[in-house]
Amino acid sequence: MSEFALVRPAEARAVDATVADDSAEQSTSRTRFVVGYLRSRPGLIVSVVWLVLLIAASVVPTLFTATDPLATVGTVRTAPSAQHIFGTDQIGRDLFTRVVYGAQLSIRAAAVAIGVGLVVGALIGLIAGYVGGWVDLVLMRIIDVLLSIPGLLLALAFVVALGFGTINVAIAVGLTSIATNARVLRSEVLKVKHSVFVEAAHAGGATPVRILFRHVLPNSVIPLLSLLALDFSGAILAISSLSFLGYGAQPPIPEWGSLISGGRDFLASAWWLTTAPGLVIVVTVLAGNRVARAFTGEGTIR
Amino acid sequence: MTQPTPLLSVRDVRIDYASSRTTVHAVRGVGFDIYPGETVAVVGESGSGKSTTAAALVRLLPRAATVTAGSITFDGTDILAAREASVRRLLGRRIGYIPQDPTVYLNPVMRIGDQVAEVLVIHKLADRKTALISAIEALANAGIDHPEVRARQYPHELSGGQKQRVLIAIALAARPALVVADEPTSALDVTVQRHILDHIGTLTRELGAAVLLITHDLGVAADRADRILVLSQGEVVEHGTPDEILGNPQHPYTRSLIAAAPSLHTAGGTFLTRARQDVSADALSPTPLLEARDLAKTFGRTDDAPRAVDGVSLSIARGRTLSLVGESGSGKTTTARIILRLVDPTSGTVVFDGEDITQLRGERLRQLRRRIQVVYQNPFASLDPRLSVGDIIAEPLRSLKLAGRGERRARAAELVDLVALPASALARKPRELSGGQRQRVAIARALSVSPELVVLDEPVSALDVRVQSQILSLLAGLQAELGVAYLFISHDLAVVRQVSDEVGVLYHGRLVESGSTDAIFDTPQHEYTRELLAAIPRGPREPAITRGEQHS
Repeated sequence: MSEFALVRPAEARAVDATVADDSAEQSTSRTRFVVGYLRSRPGLIVSVVWLVLLIAASVVPTLFTATDPLATVGTVRTAPSAQHIFGTDQIGRDLFTRVVYGAQLSIRAAAVAIGVGLVVGALIGLIAGYVGGWVDLVLMRIIDVLLSIPGLLLALAFVVALGFGTINVAIAVGLTSIATNARVLRSEVLKVKHSVFVEAAHAGGATPVRILFRHVLPNSVIPLLSLLALDFSGAILAISSLSFLGYGAQPPIPEWGSLISGGRDFLASAWWLTTAPGLVIVVTVLAGNRVARAFTGEGTIR
Repeated sequence: MTQPTPLLSVRDVRIDYASSRTTVHAVRGVGFDIYPGETVAVVGESGSGKSTTAAALVRLLPRAATVTAGSITFDGTDILAAREASVRRLLGRRIGYIPQDPTVYLNPVMRIGDQVAEVLVIHKLADRKTALISAIEALANAGIDHPEVRARQYPHELSGGQKQRVLIAIALAARPALVVADEPTSALDVTVQRHILDHIGTLTRELGAAVLLITHDLGVAADRADRILVLSQGEVVEHGTPDEILGNPQHPYTRSLIAAAPSLHTAGGTFLTRARQDVSADALSPTPLLEARDLAKTFGRTDDAPRAVDGVSLSIARGRTLSLVGESGSGKTTTARIILRLVDPTSGTVVFDGEDITQLRGERLRQLRRRIQVVYQNPFASLDPRLSVGDIIAEPLRSLKLAGRGERRARAAELVDLVALPASALARKPRELSGGQRQRVAIARALSVSPELVVLDEPVSALDVRVQSQILSLLAGLQAELGVAYLFISHDLAVVRQVSDEVGVLYHGRLVESGSTDAIFDTPQHEYTRELLAAIPRGPREPAITRGEQHS
């Protein structure tokens, strides 16, 4: 019979433990993969660039325009030209500058909305999925009620309760996305909590709270995060809609929805007042959707 | 091989798997012939290309795979080059295919009889009226009891062994000339495995059909085949009759396969005796480390609910190994989980080191985890995919607050060395490691808190044979070094024989026999134990004892 010596470290490395150190090779092949992936997707590049510019505009608007968004700089309602690429509005302010500064409010509001939806939704989903029983039952029936009311109507109700203003609009929009987030996370948690590695953590002496936040949450939150980009588009749209209706930023502060709302009286004579900010919203939402598609596993072999 | 023309002729087949990043050469120039009526076994580990070769024969290659060279000729038709339609006429009619996993190969919403009849109708061997009658006949031939009742049932109403028989019935219904069987019994219990293999053998002999048997188990191949091909990394490294392969292996890979195959060795305690020379005297303290009395577990609330565990009593001494053997559903895993206090027994007590732990709750139960640890069957599922190996190993230390950050790091490094992994593994994620390496990580995690008892729930059954033997010798070495006791759960008697001091045989939740390893293997008392022993494949013609000793 052949020799079964006790496998000691030195020999074992030769036999089984071929954890070769190939990180350098791996990183070059990864770069090549990323380059190839992006080259075949020009739309994705454009979308990412757009969103990066937008975030830059919301942080440092002076990068893009030196004009004051509240100052009258030209004659009223001049059509787009080289000097004012989006034209000027009804009291002679530069519309491009106002759209750039409007990004500040819109993007921040979208971030708040996403944050509220994510944190509250995730918490509800996590607790409902992990604890189960009557806790799950009660939480999920509340979610069902939230889901049964149209999103915009629900947001309107929240805004009326919370009071007007951009941040309140953002919170209201965030609250409407709780339901989907909670359900997505709950279903993932239900899958993960029966994993062998979760039981292994339990057998290793981990407390329930520790299991929840160290093992269950990190392994179930990925699908939720990939929905974020989609949430972003939805939030921009919902916030602009509420602002358009007059619940958001109050004049003269520029915000995309209120810019459109302010220009609609001049639809026939000054089309750019509604069209320019409208197009910016459309492009932003499209860009967000495009990035969301990349996050949800486009191009991977299933 | 006296026949002039082979039935199937495989010539220099090469198959690549392309992914977006790399190309894997799965099969690199495999060639062999099969003559009518002959059984040829292809043996290899996972990744050797054996299943890919089988899939190419029946044109079932996944989309990512491309055949880059070679030909497969079946009775004059080139299967790789021929048109789809002409290959379709061969499949099911002249070539029967028995897949690996019976649970996924049957349509869950079709009746069994219709699924068998389908192949006959497709090949116009029966019309709609006679097909069902022929199907019932085929089911009866495949050894299914009450075929006329089964024919009207759906797949979920059948057991795994019955489903595999249905697939055999489908494969053989059209009386093919060649049967390709891809690991036909790997998903089944050992005793069922033997019946199924016997049955495939008998049926194909009656039909005069040739068989291509794909298997990872050299013992099964030696038992059943006329010729064996050994495949390694996409190449045929050796071929010959079972006697040639087992008696006089030429290639080093074949030799390592034979050395690792537990079923080809009959001496007990292979790993034990070598690792543990003379610890026996001091290790044997009078009181057992763990004692379980009359454990019972019922799932469901009704009084007549089936008992998963029914009156099991056992005891484990310090530093010793007790194995529980049984088939799926025998209650061995439930027993282990009761001892781990992961499920509560319906009745019975568990005494650990003189203390009744059956009722422990909360913090005291958590502290018990320090002394009893577990290694699970599937190392692909038991490690948190998002943590690094170092974090995984130190996790119990952290959960139980036994060590600070620096100490944990030092202990993880020490443990990684103990289980013979390189220090560079500490920073890796589980997905970057092989199955054997992951199981080493799981063992290191269990040992991190220096437990007195480790429950090993089928620790090697998800691994290739050569890796199996490495892990088993590692476990035996660790026991000798650390004096830890093992409760070893397994369905594989051959493995159990190599590692156990004592063995308990479970059958339908009852401990039908227990005793020292030698007693169980040499003088089995219970009918079921004898059946289990008979199911161990051990090579043809000559008894395995002499073969085992030829290599020493």
